[in-house]
Amino acid sequence: MSPQSSANRGSPMRTLTLCAALFIAGAMNAVAHDTGEHHDEGAQRSGAGDPSITEPYVQEMWRNAEATWKVRLKQDETQASCSRFRNAPPDDVAEKILAREASTVVLPKDGQVLGKWQDGEKVAQSGRGGQFSDNADTVNGGNCYACHQMAKSELSFGTLGPSLSEYGKLRNFSAEAARDTFAKIYNPQATVACSNMPRFGAHAFLTEQQIKDVVAYLFDPDSPVNK
Amino acid sequence: MTHRVRVFSLAATLVLLVFGAAGLHAGDTEDEIQRYREMINDPMANPAFLNVDRGEALWKLARGEKNVSLETCDLGKGPGILDGAYAELPRYFADSDSVMDLEQRLLWCMTTIQALDTKEIVARKFSTPGTTSDMEDLVAYIANKSSGMTFHIPLDDVQEQNAYAVGEELFYRRGSLLDFSCATCHSADSARIRTTQLPNLTKPGKDATETMGSWPTYRVSQSQMRTMQNRLWDCYRQMRMPPPEYGSAGLTALMIYLAKQADGGTLNVPSIKR
Repeated sequence: MSPQSSANRGSPMRTLTLCAALFIAGAMNAVAHDTGEHHDEGAQRSGAGDPSITEPYVQEMWRNAEATWKVRLKQDETQASCSRFRNAPPDDVAEKILAREASTVVLPKDGQVLGKWQDGEKVAQSGRGGQFSDNADTVNGGNCYACHQMAKSELSFGTLGPSLSEYGKLRNFSAEAARDTFAKIYNPQATVACSNMPRFGAHAFLTEQQIKDVVAYLFDPDSPVNK
Repeated sequence: MTHRVRVFSLAATLVLLVFGAAGLHAGDTEDEIQRYREMINDPMANPAFLNVDRGEALWKLARGEKNVSLETCDLGKGPGILDGAYAELPRYFADSDSVMDLEQRLLWCMTTIQALDTKEIVARKFSTPGTTSDMEDLVAYIANKSSGMTFHIPLDDVQEQNAYAVGEELFYRRGSLLDFSCATCHSADSARIRTTQLPNLTKPGKDATETMGSWPTYRVSQSQMRTMQNRLWDCYRQMRMPPPEYGSAGLTALMIYLAKQADGGTLNVPSIKR
């Protein structure tokens, strides 16, 4: 493909594109000027930012996104609160988040929260799914190792989250702790408002079975996590 | 041409380095990772200098309906002045009445000076093993003209201040299927994703200056030279958002926020990294 191959394409299109770009830039500036004051007031009032100034930019950044993807531009209430307070919500906001998120947790009907640890290991290792580079049939992973140490034999682990080494063993493999862990993976914000950890079950990113398998990876005495 | 000889003669070294990386997990982690980083951070073995050479040719190439080069393009320091221009971007431009990063500004100059249809250029915004990118090449050339200089982001225009405020909010904006924001990975000190060290980009300091001072970069894992537009696009991919629009105002807002954290830091570009 020659760099000059497109040099003589129609100029009306080009002019239109340029006009559109100018218009958008102008609109953005107007919005920024308008909301700049709100931003200051918001900052003085609550010590937090004002996420509403980002929304026109979000719309512009993804103006050509496919409709099926555009739904992801909209924040839910918890995402908006955590953004606004930069993950350090004041107590009253934190309480609302905890209550709202606790109401989303669905435990397995039969009360059985332990799946198969070998399958849980695959979920813990996989960082795939939900990305625009993934195929539609990609199986989502939990990518636990991105942030947590788990089995000591796996040296490629992240440190954004606490170490989960010997997780079940340290909790005496208790059934109650396993149930809490299922709930924690399903929706970490039911216990810690604005936790960095994804709400895997509440977003239906992982299936109930996948979460059970990860719980087994953490709680099965035979799992490498407890070795 | 000298770049080319240098690069090809050292291609074997790079191959060895990549193989070396595969054996990393067996080694004793932090020291080994640091050693690997130092090994690949060798400007004499950096294929991105091929992009620098191609970028220079593209800068001087007459094209578009007006059949002129980009040599009168004003990147903020006056028409045609490249030295130090990248170290002061993004910045406000009076002619477009907007804050622009280098890539937006180049598209602007192509459209206004050359009357070049940028559709095909934007279609090749990110190179692939079979296709070069004019944008990546031009950025490599122009950024290299600021190598050794320091970031200077004074934010003395009100629109730059507004862009910074928007960029900061975007940085903390959580969303999509996994509730991620930029801050999820980039607001802690000394944290890692797997074995990758994460820079804390919420404050001025070493993390911000080393990060921003090393883009554009040749990414060994992708075998391509990449720009900051590509880096942010890739961040949003991992954040499970749709692909952000190339050269959009939101990306520029994020960039001026990040560049401000790196104010005073030295540029060493194009760099080479994992």
